[in-house]
Amino acid sequence: MTGSRERVLARVRAALADVPREEAPEDAPVPRGYAREHGLGDPVALLADRLVDYRAVVHRVRPAGLARTVGAALQRRGPGPFVVPPGLPEAWLQRAGVEVVHDDGLGVAELDAAAGVVTGCAVAIAETGTIVLDAGADQGRRAITLVPDYHLCVVPAERIVASVPQALPHLDPLRPLTWISGPSATSDIELDRVEGVHGPRTLEVVIVEDAG
Amino acid sequence: MSTTFVGMPAFPDAARAATGNAQLRHNLRKATHTIRDKRAAVVDELDDWARLRAAGAAIKDRVLRHLDVYLERLEASVTAAGGTVHWAADAAEANRIVTDLVRATGHDEVVKVKSMATQEIGLNEALGEAGITAYETDLAELIVQLGDDTPSHILVPAIHRNRSEIREIFRTRMAEWGVPAPEGLTDDPRALAEAARVHLREKFLSTKVAISGANFAVADTGTLVVLESEGNGRMCLTLPDTLISVVGIEKVVPTWSDLEVFLQLLPRSSTGERMNPYTSTWTGVTPGDGPREFHLVLLDNGRSATLADTVGRQALRCIRCSACLNICPVYERAGGHAYGSVYPGPIGAILTPQLRGVTSELDASLPYASSLCGACYEVCPVAIDIPEVLVHLRERVVEGKGHRAEKAAMAAAGWVFGDDRRLALAQRAAGAARGLVPRHLPGPGAAWTDTRDIPDIPPESFRDWWRKRHTKEGEQ
Amino acid sequence: MRIALFITCVNDTLFPRTGRAVLRLLERLGHEVEFPQAQTCCGQMHYNTGYRRDAQKLAVRFVETFADYDAVLVPSGSCAGMVRDNYPRLGEPGSRLRREVERVAPKVLDLSELLVDVLGVTDVGAYFPHRVTYHPTCHGLRLLRLGDRPERLLRAVRGLELVELDGATECCGFGGTFAVKNAAVSAAMGSDKARHAADTGAEVLCAVDNSCLMHIGGTLSRQRTGVRVLHLAEILASTEEEPAL
Ligand code: SF4
Repeated sequence: MTGSRERVLARVRAALADVPREEAPEDAPVPRGYAREHGLGDPVALLADRLVDYRAVVHRVRPAGLARTVGAALQRRGPGPFVVPPGLPEAWLQRAGVEVVHDDGLGVAELDAAAGVVTGCAVAIAETGTIVLDAGADQGRRAITLVPDYHLCVVPAERIVASVPQALPHLDPLRPLTWISGPSATSDIELDRVEGVHGPRTLEVVIVEDAG
Repeated sequence: MSTTFVGMPAFPDAARAATGNAQLRHNLRKATHTIRDKRAAVVDELDDWARLRAAGAAIKDRVLRHLDVYLERLEASVTAAGGTVHWAADAAEANRIVTDLVRATGHDEVVKVKSMATQEIGLNEALGEAGITAYETDLAELIVQLGDDTPSHILVPAIHRNRSEIREIFRTRMAEWGVPAPEGLTDDPRALAEAARVHLREKFLSTKVAISGANFAVADTGTLVVLESEGNGRMCLTLPDTLISVVGIEKVVPTWSDLEVFLQLLPRSSTGERMNPYTSTWTGVTPGDGPREFHLVLLDNGRSATLADTVGRQALRCIRCSACLNICPVYERAGGHAYGSVYPGPIGAILTPQLRGVTSELDASLPYASSLCGACYEVCPVAIDIPEVLVHLRERVVEGKGHRAEKAAMAAAGWVFGDDRRLALAQRAAGAARGLVPRHLPGPGAAWTDTRDIPDIPPESFRDWWRKRHTKEGEQ
Repeated sequence: MRIALFITCVNDTLFPRTGRAVLRLLERLGHEVEFPQAQTCCGQMHYNTGYRRDAQKLAVRFVETFADYDAVLVPSGSCAGMVRDNYPRLGEPGSRLRREVERVAPKVLDLSELLVDVLGVTDVGAYFPHRVTYHPTCHGLRLLRLGDRPERLLRAVRGLELVELDGATECCGFGGTFAVKNAAVSAAMGSDKARHAADTGAEVLCAVDNSCLMHIGGTLSRQRTGVRVLHLAEILASTEEEPAL
């Protein structure tokens, strides 16, 4: 710790002379009447809809069709190499037919040369079309989903929640989190939206729904 | 290095010049109207918006009323997670801390994520003096930096530039800073964004130190949150070895779950999206993932003084969404530069005079840079009553130096209105002189008659008409 | 029910027509209106320009003058807004002024509120065979929350064709002393408002506040658009026998 800690804190305390000394932080009321979710319908359909709205490529498959869909998607992007996190389920890549590199601390140059990355996700939020990565075993460290230009993300339906308030309890703030809502974009030039700046320019999502 | 705001003219003069610039007015009108319509559409989608807004305001109020407690809590949790916390009383101290931290890494280049706080303290200039080059990586900030310009909007700092101006800046300036613009660069936004991608990619992949701000800092977990769109934030927050975040002391929120309110309020108010493309959260350092060293610099720089004003305090609730700028009819016509600060628009008009005081002519003119139409208050996601604070700050200006002629006029008006008979006499005098009023008034009156006709003064006030009518009735 | 008229200093001095129209209208509807002589000004200009103490004195005068009425009609959106929204800020909590304000302020009404909410009429029996566009002033819209009351009243006027104003909710740029302190921006805003008004093809732009109308009307007239401005009261008072135009 450096700097003017005591000075800043003293100035803050002096500024709050109007706050009764016996008032505890929790005594300051916060009305929590807002919705836990907005009732916009089936979360899986809503998520798919929102993702398409962000111009992501979306597939909805049964577990049996997952490997084939992943394989076809990767083959469309070319021979690879595709980076995968160490804990990505083997079954997802059974029919990949492309070159796959397991991340064991690849350098940025190697990531930059990769054709793309395949991961799972921690949570997906239907209302906002958001996929959250928490660096879990099937997602890997943050750099691998950032530097390659193409991100294929597998979203099991049971990880989909309706809303932001429902997502937070599933997430551990001590882990580094990346919330992704569509491909990177900028509106800095005349408010004209351009997709694909620094993050992956193409986001492809495979939603896996159990039968029944 | 980007230009600073020192020595700017007072708001009315700068705004007058801006209203005469047709290109600027066209750029601003198009941009602000586009974004305000998008915001309105996504806000209307949520039937609990008013309740979210009330909760957002209340959470921020809770933090502000107990800021000392939350700051100490934040410090403890960041430290426990492996980060180092620094405290800066003012801009100079913050710049010194950051410069020393960068020097200690042995590097002389840093990449930066767009941050209002570092602009407020003039960090790039301070680093430059110490021989450290700071690369802005947000596209709009890059445009501003390459163009030797100042930002004119919180969210879209180059909102005042159109595509052909941006192309010109890239073509002539990029080479000086690194990878040059490609041959034959067009003004298609896609081509321009691609040129920026290539130019910046080299910086991201090689620079070892990053500097950011934060949208939120969660006290109980020590988590920092950055919302962005382009991915430059993720690059800076992930790839370098050292990360330094400069964060205003008012950015604290109490708990992780409080983010459920702000992650709904901010994107919709700001870019008019249901969610911005990327949000990064991190807590201290994570071995094997991202920076190995993390420093948090907590910045006061006038915030504690703002906190001391019980009316003005609410300005510290601001989450920098820029909805108030986009809806503001004055901002739309005056442009961001007229506000002479990194905080333009309605929020700038109440924040700058509080952070810097109202001693300079420019800062004293800011509380008057509003017609008090109230549109800003209506859209503010944390319900800052900007008109209330503007009027409050006008009182502060009047109590200070004020304007002599205005004080005299107000005192005279106060005297006339202090008694209905005096008012009636004044009205009769005005009515008698009605034929003498010229179409173009001299002196301060010209400010009105330059563009507007004045109404005819009626021969008789309502009051006199009423009295006559009732006297007559009484006689009947 | 005792209804008092607070004419406002601007109307009193510059637009007595509006006051006379209010009386004609309410008398036609069978209501008597009183005009307490002690009234002067609500203090809005002082308050908005930063002269709080002067505004306080005028607030004291206002609440004393209007203490005993059931309704206080204020034919100016910004003055009504001043009393309802800002007077409570002028007295310290628990002070005499604050108590008086809490009693009087809720009785302060704009003309459209008095007619629609209190007297329960939307068709006031007016006749005004012209094309009209309505500008909802900022204080009417955002402080008083008048909603569509003025439009409902206008739509019920015989012969009147109401046309929509583009960018209606945007401020006209008057803003009291703003109009001279930031004349360039104020004029730019006024000019856009005037252009929108002219684009509607309306003969008349109507609002509930003569201050805004003075600014918009002054701009319309300088630009020779041919569009006139009228306070809502004047249109509602208009009849075949006594037309407003
Ligand atoms: S004052 Fe409110 S509307 Fe303006 S930037 Fe801050 S949070 Fe957004």
